[in-house]
Amino acid sequence: MSDKSHDPNQMTGAAMIVRALIDHGVTDIFGYPGGAVLPIYDEIFQQSEVQHILVRHEQGAGHAAEGYARSTGKPGVALVTSGPGATNMVTPLTDALMDSIPLVCISGQVPTHLIGNDAFQECDTVGITRPCTKHNWLVRDVNDLAKVLHEAFYVATSGRPGPVLVDVPKDVQFATGTYHPPRKSDVHRSYAPRVKGDATQIRKAVSLLANAKRPVIYSGGGVINSGPEATKLLRELVEVTGFPITSTLMGLGAYPASGKNWLGMLGMHGTYEANMTMHDCDVMLCVGARFDDRITGRVDAFSPGSKKIHIDIDPSSINKNIRVDVPIIGDCGNILGDILQVFKAEAKKPDIKSWWQQIAQWRARNSLYYKKSNDVILPQHAIQSLFEATRGKDTYITTEVGQHQMWAAQFFGFEEPHRWMTSGGLGTMGYGLPAAVGVQVAHPDSLVIDIAGDASVQMTMQEMSTAVQYELPIKIFILNNQYMGMVRQWQQLLHGNRLSHSYSEALPDFVKLAEAYGAVGLQVHKPGDLDGAIQEMISVKRPVLFDCRVAALENCFPMIPSGKAHNEMLLPEQANDEATAKAFAGGKALV
Amino acid sequence: MNQPASAYFIEDRHDPNETHTLAVLVQNEPGVLARVIGLFSGRGYNIESLTVSETEAQKHLSRITIVTTGTPMVIAQIKNQLDRMIPVYQVVDMTQTKRSIERELAMVKVRGQGEHRVEALRLADAFRARVIDATTESFVFEITGNTDKINQFIDLMRPLGLVEVSRTGVAAIGRGPEGM
Repeated sequence: MSDKSHDPNQMTGAAMIVRALIDHGVTDIFGYPGGAVLPIYDEIFQQSEVQHILVRHEQGAGHAAEGYARSTGKPGVALVTSGPGATNMVTPLTDALMDSIPLVCISGQVPTHLIGNDAFQECDTVGITRPCTKHNWLVRDVNDLAKVLHEAFYVATSGRPGPVLVDVPKDVQFATGTYHPPRKSDVHRSYAPRVKGDATQIRKAVSLLANAKRPVIYSGGGVINSGPEATKLLRELVEVTGFPITSTLMGLGAYPASGKNWLGMLGMHGTYEANMTMHDCDVMLCVGARFDDRITGRVDAFSPGSKKIHIDIDPSSINKNIRVDVPIIGDCGNILGDILQVFKAEAKKPDIKSWWQQIAQWRARNSLYYKKSNDVILPQHAIQSLFEATRGKDTYITTEVGQHQMWAAQFFGFEEPHRWMTSGGLGTMGYGLPAAVGVQVAHPDSLVIDIAGDASVQMTMQEMSTAVQYELPIKIFILNNQYMGMVRQWQQLLHGNRLSHSYSEALPDFVKLAEAYGAVGLQVHKPGDLDGAIQEMISVKRPVLFDCRVAALENCFPMIPSGKAHNEMLLPEQANDEATAKAFAGGKALV
Repeated sequence: MNQPASAYFIEDRHDPNETHTLAVLVQNEPGVLARVIGLFSGRGYNIESLTVSETEAQKHLSRITIVTTGTPMVIAQIKNQLDRMIPVYQVVDMTQTKRSIERELAMVKVRGQGEHRVEALRLADAFRARVIDATTESFVFEITGNTDKINQFIDLMRPLGLVEVSRTGVAAIGRGPEGM
């Protein structure tokens, strides 16, 4: 009989969790303790390989883990207790599912014998999180724990990445069992995401690309998720073909904003040239994007004359919103490599000079135009100033959700992937501040800025306390117009200018608030003071709340009005009351 | 369709609906049925019929047979969405293969006397339904067949004193020597 007491793989469930984190190369986790995870916290206390960042609300842990994941390409890890700890994770899990962010959440659960009894801080965590995770597990036996944890990391990071949750009852954390390091057999045999693209489809795609007269490449977050190789290949493909390229909100940075083939972002608040190019193209290469409704506008008028090639690792993304001609399922890095190889061997750069001339005409419309003022700071101007001040610096940008987010996407130029963290699919106000915490933990010496709105930032403001505790010098750059700007914009455009509950009558004094947290508060009203204040914000090596008072009623243009196609954009110079009313004619909608 | 002013585009769907029978082979583990059903309710797909049972105990495999309706694009979505679930091994569209047999079992309770009772028994015989319980004033019939046949039988029983019906839902299997 073997003596199990000397077997180093015999350990408690709680110890297995920490051990698995170490085995998966996790160095930082975000969490909040509570009754059902105390054994895990006891293990964390007794080791130094995994650093735990104590947040102030579990939602903050989730978004911090997302920011960490998106800025590193590694999975983010969150640890929360049962009941409210788990329900507070629902928003970040859903956010990560929508944006394909690898997230591993470990939640405590009441002891197995109490499950179903309405015990204190009990909830059906796997039931609640089933639709907002890629997969989740309830572990009832400590001897299953190692396998489940390893599988959880594999599922989160492979195929189309996403959030997973492992629910561990407290008695399982206390129980002793056998741990094993990660091995292949830990994963469901039914789970085998396809990575290699079909060769016939790739040939069809190359033939379309090689004969294109009016091509466009439309890339998305999948390119960034795929890794640095995909970004490199995408850039090479643009170089080799000479094609124009646009990107979704999630894909910014895969192709540099300074690149000569860059059209800017597409979609509802994308540039005129990007949307017109999409509308009038004859061949569209969609790489790692999913034809989301913010991108397509009116689907029956979406790029009507084009042959569409769609590269996606998730077969369910194909033909979901838009019917495509050449779907290629697999990892976009892999497939871009294959396309390039075939293209270089068999095709030559198509002559698309007249297409570029057309695009130049659209560009000349200058769709991001805004009128600067000497009296008030225009939000667009604030972002441009911030961009100029951070040029050449090692900068990461997060955002909240709303007008400021769109302006950031329009006016901040991203040169590299993983530098832009924003809640795209779910549109989570309150994402940016905790995400900045996570990014700064991953990159302690970098400049991490949350471009925020005054409304969004208050949703997770408590994480300033986390930033101060861990000396994370995040910069919260608030475009403060005292409104929920995007809500107000829609009310102005669609609801007869009845500004129902979109004005914040009582905002905190952000400078005093910063000071109350032990951070630095800055406020600026005048355009002339902006650059100096931004320099000060950057040079301070502490967390900063920057209250940038901007023109209160500025709206975000250009814009595709609802029910309209890409070629029916409302440009800033046209956005007078009459044109706006006409563009949005039709009355109120229920959705 | 007139587009209301909205943040969302409202689409006219002109494609006609089709009915498809899907066979889904899954790992038999806690929550797997909830995942499948949750997918249908969460994404607004229809379930006309659902049948689940473990089919290979040693391998912990269950087979779920789902009858669903939707446009061709929606049916394709359903298959892809099912297929990407972690515990799902395989999704086969039995309708698309055009080589499948579908059967359903129903137990039909009929109460009546005199001529109605005789007529019920006669029809049951014509439909190859078996009597599996009888009292002086009632029968329970067991009938197996495709959905149309069972619907037809139930319709005929209605005026003869139909009390209640219990149906298994559709099970389907491919013809010929090959497995799925």
